Amino acid sequence: MKSAVQHLLGIKDLHQEDISLILSTAKQFKEVLQRPVKKVPSLRDVTIVNLFYENSTRTRMSFELAQKRLSADVINFSASTSSAKKGETLLDTVRNILSMKVDMVVMRHSASGAPHFLAQHIPAAIVNAGDGINEHPTQALLDAFSMIEKFGDLKGLKVAIIGDIMHSRVALSNMYLLKKMGAKVKVCGPPTLIPKHLVEALQVEVTYNVEEALQWCDVANVLRIQLERQNQPLFSSLREYNLAYGITRARLEKLQQSITIMHPGPINRGVELDSDVADGPHSIILDQVENGVAVRMAVMFLLSNPNRS
Amino acid sequence: MRNILSGKQLALTVQRLAQHILEDQLTSSEIVLIGIQPRGVLFSDRLYQAIQAIEPSKQVNYGKLDITFYRDDIRKELHVANATDVNFSIENKQVVLVDDVLYTGRTIRSAFDALLAFGRPAGVKLCVLIDRRFSREFPIQPDYVGKSIDSLFSQKVKVFWEENSLEGRVEFL
Repeated sequence: MKSAVQHLLGIKDLHQEDISLILSTAKQFKEVLQRPVKKVPSLRDVTIVNLFYENSTRTRMSFELAQKRLSADVINFSASTSSAKKGETLLDTVRNILSMKVDMVVMRHSASGAPHFLAQHIPAAIVNAGDGINEHPTQALLDAFSMIEKFGDLKGLKVAIIGDIMHSRVALSNMYLLKKMGAKVKVCGPPTLIPKHLVEALQVEVTYNVEEALQWCDVANVLRIQLERQNQPLFSSLREYNLAYGITRARLEKLQQSITIMHPGPINRGVELDSDVADGPHSIILDQVENGVAVRMAVMFLLSNPNRS
Repeated sequence: MRNILSGKQLALTVQRLAQHILEDQLTSSEIVLIGIQPRGVLFSDRLYQAIQAIEPSKQVNYGKLDITFYRDDIRKELHVANATDVNFSIENKQVVLVDDVLYTGRTIRSAFDALLAFGRPAGVKLCVLIDRRFSREFPIQPDYVGKSIDSLFSQKVKVFWEENSLEGRVEFL
């Protein structure tokens, strides 16, 4: 990674060559994960804290497994069982953890920009594991890795991102990454869930018609409806959302070509994605999860690599 | 720039090493050859080819090993990982590890660690094209040597191969 890259806060800050280096390193780590001994000693001198201020299953387990495969020492922190409940500030918590000689912080937080704030105040390397509605860079990287694995290259690949664009950090990170790597991006969802200024700034195409998006794309990355981030009703009901935007087998059967289905998880079955599509032959959802470990190994390996003086 | 090995001489050296490995492993059912990425593989590709040309009926398991994740200087600078391709078990096998230039021995030390991720070999032998004598930082010695040379710490030794050929040249840079 370029020496300027000290943290992974978002895809926005990365150059094309940084992304390529992460993805090519991840490919080598994926091979490591097929070996009888799936562990390398690269990070045995590195201690990492997983700081999760928001719930997570996949991302957290994936990071922890990646750290263990790299031989790093790992400590885990959940806000719900910690002194954050007693009112300790984020900065105080992290400073206390760092005084125990921790080198890297993997952080998820419900506030957008929390890892950026931390990066300005502490000397450790920071990996953003999702901040509010801003970015989820490792998810975009593993999505890209999975697409490259399937299609060979991102250049010219048509990717439809369907669903709750407004509240999705996965969508934002994916849009940044895909645009930087030369893919074509179209977002699709109810008008209330697609912020107009955002898609204009990122120069991605927009459609409010799911059939049109599916007909156009090679890959549909289907997003979860994030009810926990919606302070007001943005569509009338989950049932109506499913009827208008849900990816169903009937919708896929109408297409002239078969398309690849992705989802960052957790899936709301029967809302944005029907079960027979999620579990169907064109779904690479579990490949995404598998690739997540290799991609996160690459990110932490590369961030630990340069002289961090 | 000073020449160490060149042209036909290099091809003969590769063939001699192939003969030597075959001679040693005559009674074993197969040969396990593993080249170290990236530059050792350019040599091991040719060694593999030479072994097959001499003894086409001998089974040779040929793999490529990247040692980036096992290096002891991983924090000093950025090392870009190359592909590892060892799609067989080395459990109880005699392994011949192949690199082009043996210098401090640190790469080979790392390669031992990397190798053990694929099983516990019965034994490991080391084949190098060039042995830079008296410069080892670890107690590692080669079993098959193309040519031993004396060199200064400040000198660099590099092997250049001609495409699809056992020929090439080895030079001080």
